[in-house]
Amino acid sequence: MSGQEMIGANPSVNSKWNLRRQTLAIIVISVLLLAAMTVSGFLIENEKLSVNLEARNSSPSLDHLFGTDWLGRDMLARTLKGLTLSFGVGLLTAFLSTIIALFLSLLSSWNKKIDHGVTWLIDLFISMPHVVTLLLISFAIGGGFKGVVTGIALTHWPSLTRLLRAEVMKVKTEQYIGVSRQLGKSRWWIACNHYLPHLMPQIMVGFILLFPHTILHEAAITFLGFGLSPEQPAIGIILSESMRYLSTGMWWLAFFPGLSLVIMVGIFDLLGNSIRKLIDPFHGQR
Amino acid sequence: MLKVNGISYRYQNNGPWVFRNFRLAVQPGEIVGLCGYNGAGKTTLAKIIAGYLKPHEGEILVDEQPVSSFTGIRPVQLVWQHPEKSINPKWKMKKVLEETTDLDEELLSLLGIKSEWLDRWPSELSGGELQRFCLARTLGKHTKYLIADEMTTMLDAVTQAQIWHALLELAKQRNIGILAISHNQHLLQKISDRTVSIA
Repeated sequence: MSGQEMIGANPSVNSKWNLRRQTLAIIVISVLLLAAMTVSGFLIENEKLSVNLEARNSSPSLDHLFGTDWLGRDMLARTLKGLTLSFGVGLLTAFLSTIIALFLSLLSSWNKKIDHGVTWLIDLFISMPHVVTLLLISFAIGGGFKGVVTGIALTHWPSLTRLLRAEVMKVKTEQYIGVSRQLGKSRWWIACNHYLPHLMPQIMVGFILLFPHTILHEAAITFLGFGLSPEQPAIGIILSESMRYLSTGMWWLAFFPGLSLVIMVGIFDLLGNSIRKLIDPFHGQR
Repeated sequence: MLKVNGISYRYQNNGPWVFRNFRLAVQPGEIVGLCGYNGAGKTTLAKIIAGYLKPHEGEILVDEQPVSSFTGIRPVQLVWQHPEKSINPKWKMKKVLEETTDLDEELLSLLGIKSEWLDRWPSELSGGELQRFCLARTLGKHTKYLIADEMTTMLDAVTQAQIWHALLELAKQRNIGILAISHNQHLLQKISDRTVSIA
């Protein structure tokens, strides 16, 4: 070992691709892939999605990479369009869920009774199966885009709320909160200035990790027929329609859209975990 | 006058009393030393007098008004033993000082706070430097009484002397009453007008 190297240092730390750089590279690549997917989804014109009966039921080829369906529509274009829609729904619902989680966790810092109420609400929502609550809410609102968004937003906040509440409870007992109160600061001021900076890493990672959940559940209830309307090219619709043609051997109808969905969700998961590794490195030690 | 009027405290209902019927008075400008063995309840007492905890019996009066009736910046402030615990690690030092709205610049130079420290994070300052900020933060114009709970225990002798010199001078200037809590009998005898003992 040369004199300049630290004694006992991990040799991989000194190499060009240390963990930090690897994580950053993963984040950049994931973001690029997701951006490419969204942009291409927007660029696809509606004529690409139009019916072309001459080319119907063709298996994957160079002309149609994902094959075509029983109406001759190009499955690659439909999948990309569907993923873009899912992306939008996922973004909106994950954002709304995070807002609810933040609000409730800050509320639980108020006093013990409200904290009990919030904890009870978390337990209540966690004890019910996600999809059942989701279906009920979505159905009650009347389905469609609004029903799906409301349903998902109202069912995905509990786990993040529990995480944020625990963080708030920890910070609440710190001495500087007491000092702040002695200096005459209001609860609202303390929440915004003391709690929020501590919650920020959790919120960002939680938001990104909510994404895969919301997208999968959107696809799930659309697949079951309670979600988006059938004329929208959502992944859930594509999958549920293709079920009828699977028995005739048209495997590509379900395989490629399903695979793309799994890949997108996987990328999001990877992105969330990498960002957590970067901004909250002590997570594993808790 | 800061008047501690026969307070009693225990941590659990029906548990043992930490202290009963404790009485103490601090005049403006007076420095009272308080000593006691480990676990005698010095810090508990400090928290009660500063209003962090409520006593089970008795009351704390500042100029004949109960301390709990004050709103805004409280007249009795507490400086904790561990400065690194009483400063939000996610804040820059500038923001720590901005939390006190009625601070004057003179105080910062008296306490030896350098302007280049203001742009740093708490983890980039030493314990002594942080304790100066903690002290500055509690010494706004509204502060009439200061409770120094083992304020300089973890600092070296030189820093300890510097901080106490600055504080004593300020107390004289502004007529602030100080309750100094410490194990260190010699320190208390040096700085205080009289000492009392708990338990």
